[in-house]
Parts: sequence; C-alpha cells; structure tokens
Amino acid sequence: MMSPSGAEPPPLLRIAALTKRFGGFTALDNISVDIRPGERFGLIGPNGSGKTTLINCISGAFRTEAGTVMFRDEDITSLQPHMRTRRGIARSFQIPRPFKSMTVAENLMVALDFAAVTGEIVSAAQRRDAMMSILTRMGLASKADVSATKLSQVELRKMELARAMATHPKLLISDEAMAGLSSSEVDEVLDLLMSLAGQDITIIMIEHIMQAVMRFSDRVMCLDAGRIIAIGKPAEVMANQRVQEAYLGT
Amino acid sequence: MSRSIRFWVGVILFLAVALLMTQVIGNQYPFFACYVILQFIVLAVAWSILGGYAGYVNFGTSAFFGVGVYTAVFLLKTFGLPLAVQIAVAAVIGALMGFGLGLLTLRMQGIFFSIATIALTIIIETSVTNWRYVGGAAGIQLQRPMVTWPFDNYVQMLFFVQALLVVLAVAIARYIQNSWIGHGLQALKDDELAAECTGVPTLRLKVMACVISGALMCAAGAPAAMYLQYADPSSAFNLNYSVSVLAMSLIGGTAHWAGPVVGAILLGATQQLLTVTISSEVNLLVLGVMLVLFVVVAPQGIIGLVRRVGRHRAGGKP
Repeated sequence: MMSPSGAEPPPLLRIAALTKRFGGFTALDNISVDIRPGERFGLIGPNGSGKTTLINCISGAFRTEAGTVMFRDEDITSLQPHMRTRRGIARSFQIPRPFKSMTVAENLMVALDFAAVTGEIVSAAQRRDAMMSILTRMGLASKADVSATKLSQVELRKMELARAMATHPKLLISDEAMAGLSSSEVDEVLDLLMSLAGQDITIIMIEHIMQAVMRFSDRVMCLDAGRIIAIGKPAEVMANQRVQEAYLGT
Repeated sequence: MSRSIRFWVGVILFLAVALLMTQVIGNQYPFFACYVILQFIVLAVAWSILGGYAGYVNFGTSAFFGVGVYTAVFLLKTFGLPLAVQIAVAAVIGALMGFGLGLLTLRMQGIFFSIATIALTIIIETSVTNWRYVGGAAGIQLQRPMVTWPFDNYVQMLFFVQALLVVLAVAIARYIQNSWIGHGLQALKDDELAAECTGVPTLRLKVMACVISGALMCAAGAPAAMYLQYADPSSAFNLNYSVSVLAMSLIGGTAHWAGPVVGAILLGATQQLLTVTISSEVNLLVLGVMLVLFVVVAPQGIIGLVRRVGRHRAGGKP
C-alpha cells in the first residue's frame, strides 16, 4: 500500500488530454488522469459513458485522435496492442474472448509464449510450472486440460484474468469481470483481484456493481458522456451530485 | 523426438520411392497423373498455412499458381534459365505477392479478404492476357530442354522435382504447426483482438503466413509450364485451382499438416481417375458433391473425423 505522505512516486500510467472520436461522435473528450503504481482504481459510469473506449485506448485496440498515453515514463500512444502487453499492460474483456479451439492451459501458454520478457529464455517445463501456478491461484487447476468452450461463465472470467496474469502485467485492466455473476461468484472474483493487487500489480477495475467498486477501490473515477465528472475517494465520488444524476437521472 | 525421426524417415522413404519409380517405370502416364497430384499437395499444404492455421480464406491460389507459371515462361523465354532457377525466382515473387496480401489483412478480414483475393486473380490474369511478350491471350508454346541424368525423360524429372517441393512444403507446414508461429496463428484465428492483447504480434504472423504460403504456391506453379509445354492465361489462372485446393484442404482437415496432404491425394486421385474414365467435366461435379458431403458430415475434415473416432475409442475404454 502506498503511503500518501512524502514525495509522490511517478505515475505508472499517465493519460493526458486523450480524445477519441467515432465519426462525429466524441466518445472520450480530453481525458487526463494519472494512475499511481500499486493503486486499485475503480472506473464507473453509466452505459455508453466511454469506460470501455478508454480501456481500448490504453490497451491499444483503438487509435486516438489526440492526447498521449504514457506508461512507466514511455510514450506508448502509437504502439500496437501486443507491444503494450509486452510492456506490462494486460486486460480482460467485457464479454470473455477465450481462444475457443484451445484448452485452458493452452490459452495461458499463448500468453507465456508471446508476452514473456524478451531475452528471458525459460524452458518448457518452467513455463508449464508458471502456468499451473497461475491456474492454481485462480482456482482453475482442475480445468487445465478442459476446452475453453466447456467453461462456465465464472470460470471464463477467471480464465480471462489468468491469461492476463500470464503476461506478467504491471497494470491489469479488468473490464466488468463480474458482470452476470451471482453474488458469491462476485465475491470470489473480487477476492482474486484483491489478492493480485497485493502482489504489486496495479489494477483498473470497470464495474457496475457498486458494492464491489466501493470495497475494492482506493480511488474511483466516474465518466459520463466521455468526460470525467468526478474522481477521488470512493465515498466522495458516490456522494457527488453529478455522479448520482448520471446514474439515477435527474 | 521419436516423432521427428519417424517423420524424416517417412520423407526419405517417400523420396526414395519417387526416385525409384522414375528408374523402373517406363510408361510416362503414371508420372503425368502423379505430377498433378503432387502439385495439388503442395498447393493445398501451402493454402492451409494461411487458410487453415490463420483462418484467412484465400481464393487467390490460381493467382499465385499462374504467376509461378508465367515467371517460368518469362525466365525461359528471356534468359533460357534452368528449371531450378525458375522455381527459385517464382518463390521469391510469390513471397513478395504474399507480403502484399499480408498487408491487406490489416484492413480486410473474413469474406472481404476472400473477395480481395479473387479480385487479385482477375487483375493479374487480365494483365498477363494483355502482355504480348509472353503470348497474350493465345498462349505460348515452350520447348523442353534436354533432360539430365539420372532421368530418362522430362516428365519424370518434373515429377521428382514436384516430389521435392512436396517435402519442402510439408516440412515447413509441420514446423509452423509445432512452433510458436503456429500457436500464434491459432490464437489469432480464434480471436484476433484477444490474441493481440495477449502479446501475439498478429500482423507480423499473418504477413509471415502469407509470404510462406505465397512462395510455395508460386514455386508449385513454376514447373507447370514445362509440364504442359504450353502456357495460356485462362488455364494458368483458372479459378478451378483455387476451388480444388480449398476443397482439398477442407476435406482433408486444416488442423494438422497431414489434412491437406490426405485431401489432395484423395481428391486429386479421384479427379485423375474420373478424367480418364468418364470426363473432365464430371470431376467438378464430384468435387462439389464431396465438399457438400464433408461440410455436413465432417466439418473438421478427415483429420477431424479420425481424431473424433480416436477420442471416442479412448473414452469408451475406462
């Protein structure tokens, strides 16, 4: 946990004046925010407010019209997604996107094969161990050799997180990993994310389940129509008039 | 390891049998027929590197094949270069074409990519049709050079050369399938964005697959000019190549390098048999019927069918 006293560490991720347009529609309008290393960052906002678009701009799936994305003091604005993954940005998808022709283990091996730090040559046995240890941590060890198409919803969510973890991320972006899960499953996934955050991984969590966001986040940012309408401690953001209006309508 | 040894023993046996055939069999017809089958094996294996592993359905096989044919024609007519050089240069040109096609995948996926490959065929065919130097629409007659030892006639030599290309194509496809390239292609076939976000350099892998596939297809086409002693655009760029090769790969199964080999042997042999016994038009009908049959009964092809039966048996015995 970061102590607020003393000199501020440099941000892990710095988004500066980011703008994304789809034709005439401005999905993100001049977004600037710093994510500190080790932070648990909650991203909320009504549907269509630009949360996933922002994630897509951070992970490189979308090109931006203006603004920069800096990661560990490096400008990554024009890097392709796989280069960003190798630099340490991993993500899960709102709707799980497993490699359907592969088993759970093979899904993770893709990450281990391709996102491994260059120059770090490890044997097949070592990679298999690394893969199994991630699966064990995620509670998926018994599913290693099961086809990704045979997984339940919560298992798919966990596999997405496991695959993201296998890329050795410094920043993990979880895009609604709890959507559509039962309350006990939500707790399960939340505990997983909490334990990952304890391992020096910075996490950005998009979520609609407010209890989860409140419990998880050090800091929350609320987007509405592509603009930041509130950012700060979870309780402050929830109490914000504009946030309540955005969610409940006026 | 032992699998690797078995593979290479198989390869050596295959080449030994091919060479032995050229020494023992005097009749030229078996070589004429087998040459076509070998040529289809190379094309189908090459096709499945892009169409099977990466999932980009290429209808432009005939474009690559035809460019291979005309590369050989041009080199022979202009410089009188030998067959080996014709094949090598055709492979380089095929690789360059593949590179261009690979860049196309950046913008085009699925059916749009497939349509673009058909367009590519038409554009190139039209250009060659209007190129007087290589015969234009009327085609061009070619004179075979003297055959060299240890072969008695040119067709036998072409047969053996094509057998070498089969080995090259299969070895490359097998290597890709078992290496990180194959794993990456499989991932991007399943989900390109997820693959990219998992660290897979999708564009680089797609371009690589296109380059290798294109080089092999063009190389397979180069000896065809000498085989027929004649080349004309409408047969060199015939869409039948694209359709047959696609059918062979799909019927054989694209998940394993052996799939297109099995498919090409099965369909190629059937086509040869039908052409001789009934007519060359009937083989198209048979091709169509078989394709429909396999899509319904065994969508994963023969390889998929074999695997399913194998799993079923393994599952049956507790």
